[in-house]
Amino acid sequence: MQKREGMGPPTGRAERGDQPAGASGTRVGRLLQWLDHRVGASALLPFIRKKEVPVHRHTIWYYVGGMVLFLFFLQVATGILLLFYYRPSAEEAYESVQFLMAEVKFGWLIRSIHGWGANLMIFTLFIHMFSVLFLKAYRAPRELTWLSGALLFALALGLGFTGYLLPWNELAFFATRVGTEIPGVIPVVGQFVRELLRGGEEVTGATLTRFYALHVSILPGLSFLLIMLHVLLVQKHGMSVPPSIEERGGARGTIKFVPNFLLRDLVGWLVALATLAALAALIPAHLGEKADSFAPAPAGIKPEWYFMFMFHTLKLLPSHILGLEGEMVGIAAFGVAGVVLFLIPFLDRGQNRRHSRAWTLLSLGALIYIIALTILGYTADPAAAQAAADLPATPSAADLPATP
Amino acid sequence: MSDPIESRQRDTGVSRRSLAAWLLGTGGGGLLAAVFYPVLRYLIPPKLREASVSSVTLPFTVDDMARNSGRIFRFGNQPGLLIRTSSGEFRAFSARCTHLDCIVQYRDDLSEIWCACHNGFFDLSGRNVSGPPPDPLPVYDVGIRGDQIVVSKRS
Repeated sequence: MQKREGMGPPTGRAERGDQPAGASGTRVGRLLQWLDHRVGASALLPFIRKKEVPVHRHTIWYYVGGMVLFLFFLQVATGILLLFYYRPSAEEAYESVQFLMAEVKFGWLIRSIHGWGANLMIFTLFIHMFSVLFLKAYRAPRELTWLSGALLFALALGLGFTGYLLPWNELAFFATRVGTEIPGVIPVVGQFVRELLRGGEEVTGATLTRFYALHVSILPGLSFLLIMLHVLLVQKHGMSVPPSIEERGGARGTIKFVPNFLLRDLVGWLVALATLAALAALIPAHLGEKADSFAPAPAGIKPEWYFMFMFHTLKLLPSHILGLEGEMVGIAAFGVAGVVLFLIPFLDRGQNRRHSRAWTLLSLGALIYIIALTILGYTADPAAAQAAADLPATPSAADLPATP
Repeated sequence: MSDPIESRQRDTGVSRRSLAAWLLGTGGGGLLAAVFYPVLRYLIPPKLREASVSSVTLPFTVDDMARNSGRIFRFGNQPGLLIRTSSGEFRAFSARCTHLDCIVQYRDDLSEIWCACHNGFFDLSGRNVSGPPPDPLPVYDVGIRGDQIVVSKRS
């Protein structure tokens, strides 16, 4: 970290000025002093006191990253609570979630907050990412901050995808069939990746345990490490002041991170918590039908909203484009878009304004595309959905002729 | 300047340092391989022996199938779709959509096979007629023995 003077064990007189507040004669003060002598955390105090946030008309976007962080920890906390009742097997998963929702006190609340929290976290991540894109906060020397953030975004989508399957319901089952089939179209390694993800040829209980391992340990663990790196890099480089502000003579001034910025952060977190509680109470997470690998995909099936723009694109593509399978073209295009997203700091170095402007327009185009296709995905298919709604799901006894 | 070590080095062209680095590197590489190979193999799911099914007798009879209706059946560990057309003819297909692996269903309002996931349609011969599916559905043979329906792979 840039401005951390005097790291390492306290060395006597030099540290006196940076003692924890109230470290005088009180009992708490003495305890803090005792601790500090062993931990040496007071060496961080000068850094914390010095940390400032520039104030300008885009300052509001600085709060979004902290919001994602708060939601991540909320997911960890509610996720751990869910582990107390959840049973990861194809035979028991659905029933254990049903039990949690119906019998366990506040089970519905914990699960609903986890479900809504995931959505809100990914939504704020989208905002965070696009605000960084538009404010060009990825420019040198912040390339690695961007890369770690982009990886975190991918991990968050992975967490959403793997978590979606865990209740083992019909919607999740088909979403997983489609989602794991997608890497299957990659030439050469596709088949292998698909089987690795599914734990076999089909989506079965083996897939469920795999997704469970990914969802509760591997992905959160990786996310945690990357978040540490990401936050550390943000501390090292400080907040990025957008070029548009710098051209106009820089920020108006700064505010202290502690307590001014942090307290505002806190208000945001409280608002997020209240929103989540309200959503969970008003629209609790639903469970739907149990997955059945011998039932047709239900009409109106759709993925989580953050995959909707890709899902709907695949729906719109014709079966063949220039002799290639349509889905392969679509998936390849999204693959390329993903790679470009990762490499943006190296592609847009901001050497000249026109060049940089083109990247802004491209980001804007991507944002508009995502929003438009997401809206279309929810609204465009009324005919198909309507016809499907009239369809009996399974032939019942009433449909059978009395006599042949 | 006749240092014995240096002269030995000249003889073989290998210094102690490079030998030590080579040994360490090879040992370290071997260790990594010995650790990660089992982990990687562990993650690749074992091949399950599946009795390859070539023919199944369905658990429902001709009388259970109304005209202009369809029903999913088990073909080994795969879903199949049996359709009785309006004219009373039986047809069977693999129920796995050739697009992205969803399970298809029969639409009696259109007399077509439909995949709800991405709105793909197949006709009653299994041909992909609209939407994103790139290939037709595999067709099975249907045999009627008395009241029983037997579906078998096309040879």
